[in-house]
Amino acid sequence: MDKALIPEGVKRCPLPVFGLWLLFLLAVIAWGIYAGLTVLIKGLNVTGLNNYFGFGLYITVDLGIIALGAGAFFSGFMYYGLSRFFPKLKELHKIINLAVIVGFCCYTGALLVLLLEIGQPLRGWFGYWHANVHSMLTEVIFCISCYAIVLVIEFVPIILENRKLDAVKPLHVFGHNLHEIMAIFAMTGTFLSFFHQGSLGGVPGVMFGRPFAYRTGFFIWPWTFFLFTLSAMACGPAFTALICRIIEKVSNKKLVDRSVYELIAKITGSLLLIYLILKTMDTLYWALDTAPGFGLKLSDFYREPYGMWLLFAELGLCGVLPVILLLTPQTRNSNGLLFLGFFLNCAGIVINRFAMTVEALAIPVMPFDQWAVYIPTWAEWAPCIAMLAYGALIVSLSYRYLPIFPREKELNP
Amino acid sequence: MSGSAHSEHAESKVRYGMVIDLDKCTGCGACSVACQQENNVSFRPDESDKLRTLSWMTLYRLENGAGYPDYRAAMLPRPCMHCDSPHHSPCTFVCPVNATIRDEHTGIVDHVAVRCIGCRYCMVACPYHARSFNWWDPKWPKSMEAMLTPEVSPRMRGVVEKCTFCHHRLNLARDRARLNGEDPDSVVYTPACAEVCPTGAITFGNLKDPNSDVAKLAKDPRAFRLLEKLHTEPKVYYLSSAQWIRRQSDNGL
Ligand code: SF4
Ligand code: SF4
Repeated sequence: MDKALIPEGVKRCPLPVFGLWLLFLLAVIAWGIYAGLTVLIKGLNVTGLNNYFGFGLYITVDLGIIALGAGAFFSGFMYYGLSRFFPKLKELHKIINLAVIVGFCCYTGALLVLLLEIGQPLRGWFGYWHANVHSMLTEVIFCISCYAIVLVIEFVPIILENRKLDAVKPLHVFGHNLHEIMAIFAMTGTFLSFFHQGSLGGVPGVMFGRPFAYRTGFFIWPWTFFLFTLSAMACGPAFTALICRIIEKVSNKKLVDRSVYELIAKITGSLLLIYLILKTMDTLYWALDTAPGFGLKLSDFYREPYGMWLLFAELGLCGVLPVILLLTPQTRNSNGLLFLGFFLNCAGIVINRFAMTVEALAIPVMPFDQWAVYIPTWAEWAPCIAMLAYGALIVSLSYRYLPIFPREKELNP
Repeated sequence: MSGSAHSEHAESKVRYGMVIDLDKCTGCGACSVACQQENNVSFRPDESDKLRTLSWMTLYRLENGAGYPDYRAAMLPRPCMHCDSPHHSPCTFVCPVNATIRDEHTGIVDHVAVRCIGCRYCMVACPYHARSFNWWDPKWPKSMEAMLTPEVSPRMRGVVEKCTFCHHRLNLARDRARLNGEDPDSVVYTPACAEVCPTGAITFGNLKDPNSDVAKLAKDPRAFRLLEKLHTEPKVYYLSSAQWIRRQSDNGL
């Protein structure tokens, strides 16, 4: 029925099957919207947040998803910028459309969740109007909204490639012209992303009243600023590769050459390795110098349920292990281990975001104060899960109706 | 009104601060109640969830951890410390919309509720838990509405609030000084908590005036501040002759 919309020469599942899938996604989104409206109407008292845990699941998911969405800017940077010097990076052309779409979903989704997170959503625009230039959050607000616009601009030419739209002459010309100047937007996106990924890291890093989160740094930027940017670069493309793999599995097709995955494995593996070395140095400096300066020992910061296991999970299981899996040729050759590597890489970065925002708040700063534990409620889970469903919806529609994988036809004769 | 009409001096001669004598404090909670009433801090029928109550002046119970007969306990009232760290307080540094700002003429860290977007970043950044969030719409029993303080606007749901050192009382004092032809910049006034404390444990005044009680007490050998190692530079001092209490004021002292 929708054949005319489907890219030429490729096969898609029957419309009723696709319709059922969409229905399922829409149901999840509806549940999330219901939860979101409950939060907006009744207030944040329906969440598990309290005066000790001012940040919770919303912020963790926002920070996590924005790091995972970094595939868009970093793949763009490598493809449009670095491939001039490293022709091998031209391979990324085969996955760059997906990277942009995933980035688009992550950023727009994060902005929607952010709207629930603030107690006075109608005043959200005060961030621009009354901006405090010293606040890392101001930098985040500015860069993320600018970058979301850049992502929309990057997404438009991909949409215009739809068979029906492309047949309209003016749209075809417009789309073509946009393609021509895409490098400019990719570079703008890169610039903005470097900053907001960093300022997201600055959010915990500048809190000099919170010894767990606080970091010394360079000029006005705490070390977390640089670590967040680097870790986002290390996990973003891995997340894109994971999504690509999921589409391949679901559609039972080969969409990109294996060489693309291998290239991404080498890049993200190497970046993760550099990140891990720096992060370990940062952790050691913090544990041996910064924290003792505040009168605290490393063991003061960890207590169940937020025990040391979190640190080991972040840096060991989801740090060292994926580096080994992604950088060793033998493990890289096995599909199972390769994608496990990508998955652990992403998981480690999400744990890091959780530790820096939520775990950081569990630790009593005043010695006579108590430890607190945070348990999110359904009103927090639902919008976050719905955001994932929203991403799946956009990716599904894009995959069905847009030629996002340039090699699909050749790989599936 | 007078709040913002300050004279121009960059290095101000006023730094309002507080000294709380824990040797005198009996933990009666009068300061907390007076604060709640003076500043129209709303409450709910069920206040058992202590992590969600609105409280500007919170009483913490300190214990020395020893068994009988060496067991000791003390109460520690905790207002906002009006942190004087150079450049910015922990909370004013992070607020994205300048809704919480330090008035450099008085040192008072203020909060503009109608500008606050409720992001709670300040709450997270404050190590003293001096800030509470309005999880619900403020509501008072009908019979209490006539008792609200007219100079203090109640805050709405979805914003943060905290101790202002009874800033409205300062404004009134400044207005009075102007009417009397005195210098509004050197007025002294008393916040509600200091006024009601039955044992006189709370002293308030200008820390920069060497002749003020508060400045003298802040130099007392018994004086200490909470979490000095963080360099937040609180303008609230505590006095205690008990070593174990002083030890609990900071990590690893
Ligand atoms: S005690 Fe907390 S709220 Fe008060 S000035 Fe210091 S950081 Fe800000
Ligand atoms: S909650 Fe309000 S005062 Fe606190 S940082 Fe956010 S906007 Fe500023």
